[in-house]
Amino acid sequence: MANRVAIIDYGMGNIHSVTKALEFAGGDTVQVFVSHDAEEILRAERVVLPGVGAIRDCIAEITRLGLDEVIREAAQNKPFLGVCVGMQALFEHSEENGGTPCLGILPGAVHTFATDMIDPASSVRLKIPHMGWNQVHQSREHPLWRGIEQDTRFYFVHSYYVTPAGEQLTAAVSSYPRPFAAAVAQDNIFAVQFHPEKSHHAGLALYANFLHWDG
Amino acid sequence: MSLAKRIIPCLDVDNGRVVKGVQFVDIRDAGDPVEIARRYDEQGADELTFLDITASHEDRNTMAEVVEQVAGEVFIPLTVGGGIRTSPDIRHLLKAGADKVAINTAAVNNPGFVKEAAGRFGSQCIVVAIDAKRISAEGEPARWEIFTHGGRNPASLDAVAWARKMVDYGAGEILLTSMDRDGTRAGFDLELTRAVSDAVSVPVIASGGVGNLEHLAEGILQGHADAVLAASIFHFGEYTIEQAKCFMQDKGIEVRL
Repeated sequence: MANRVAIIDYGMGNIHSVTKALEFAGGDTVQVFVSHDAEEILRAERVVLPGVGAIRDCIAEITRLGLDEVIREAAQNKPFLGVCVGMQALFEHSEENGGTPCLGILPGAVHTFATDMIDPASSVRLKIPHMGWNQVHQSREHPLWRGIEQDTRFYFVHSYYVTPAGEQLTAAVSSYPRPFAAAVAQDNIFAVQFHPEKSHHAGLALYANFLHWDG
Repeated sequence: MSLAKRIIPCLDVDNGRVVKGVQFVDIRDAGDPVEIARRYDEQGADELTFLDITASHEDRNTMAEVVEQVAGEVFIPLTVGGGIRTSPDIRHLLKAGADKVAINTAAVNNPGFVKEAAGRFGSQCIVVAIDAKRISAEGEPARWEIFTHGGRNPASLDAVAWARKMVDYGAGEILLTSMDRDGTRAGFDLELTRAVSDAVSVPVIASGGVGNLEHLAEGILQGHADAVLAASIFHFGEYTIEQAKCFMQDKGIEVRL
C-alpha cells in the first residue's frame, strides 16, 4: 500500500527539516511531499502540520490558502501529526499576538510562559523561549512512543504552550519549571510541542512510528 | 526533570572546508564538514554552529551546500553565522536546512535588520552574535563594548545595553563572545557572561576562551549561560562532548546524556 505523507506548506513552517527527517525515518517505503494543494493533501495516507513563528501569521496564512478546511478534514480521518506551532494551531485560542483564534479542532487554549520564572535548582531566571533539550514524560501509552524510553529528552523551542481542556488529551508532559503538555493525542491525531526533526534518534523514532501508525 | 544546558561545538568553514585544524585521530578527511558534524552528533552535541569565514561573497553559496548535506543526516539544531546581511541570505540558509542564523555586523550597521528578520522568520531562528571587549581600566566598574568584523572595528556600543536592545528587536538568543578571551584558553570572561545573561530574557550562549572542562562548567554556574560554545578543546580531540557532559553533570549541571 502506498505510504504518502503530505507536509502542509503554508509558508511558515520549518518544512525542510521536517521533510528531511521524515524521509530519513521512512527510507524507500515512504513518499514525502510538501504541498498546499487541498486535493493532493487529502490523497495522502498521512498528514503533518508543522509550524514555527508567530501564530497569528500562521493562522492567517492557513486561512488565506483555504487550508483550514483541509486540516479539519485530514484531522478527522487520517493519521495526523502536529508539530510545535502546528500543535498549538489545533486548539481553540492562543494568548499570542494579543489573542488569536485558532482552528478549534482540539479543546483547550495556548498560554504564554511567565517572564519572571526562576529555576528552583539554581535560583537563576529561566529564559524565554524555552529552548533546548528537555525530558518528555509519557503520561500514557501510545503507538508513537513505541521504542522510546520514558523521560527521553527532545528538542524544544517555544514561548507558548498548550493547556488542553481535560487531562485525557495529554500524552506527555515536560516541566519548565511547572508541568505543561509536551504531547497530546486524540483518536487519529497526535501533536507534539517539541521538534522531532531536531531530536536526534528519539525524534526519528517518533517519526518512524508515525509512518507506521494507522491512527 | 528540567531543561538541559547545551554544549555546542563550533566549526569555522572557509569555502566549504573546515579550517582551524580539526584533529580527530581516526577521521578520514579533517576538512569535511559533514564528517565532522556526524562525529560531534555521535558524541552527543546538543547543537552545531557553523561560522562561515569565506572571504568573498561569491563563494558563500558553498555554505548553503554544506548545510544542506549536514541537515540531510544530522538531526540536531544547526546554526549558521558569518556574512549574513539580507533577508534573502537568511531564507537561503533556512531553506538549505539551517535552524538558526547568527547575525553580527549587519545588526550593528542596521539594527532594524534584526527586527525585520525576526518579524519575517520568527525570533526562534534569529541569533544575534556579539563580540565584546572589556574597555574599563582595572579598578573601574566593568564595562564592555562591542566590535565588528571579527573584532577589528569598534562600534562604540555598550555590550550589555546592546544585548538588551537586540532582544527588544526580536533576537531569540544571544551568542556572546569575549574578544579578550577568544583563542586564549584562559576561560570565559565570566563577569561579561553573567552581566549579559542576567540582563536579557532570552538564552545566552557563552563563547571565547574555553581551555578545559572546568571552564565549561563555570560558564553555566558562574556566568549563568544557558549554553556553552567551544571549538579547539573538541577539535583537537582533547575531550569528547560526552566527557564534557559527564564533567558538567558531576558539577550538578543538568545535561543530556
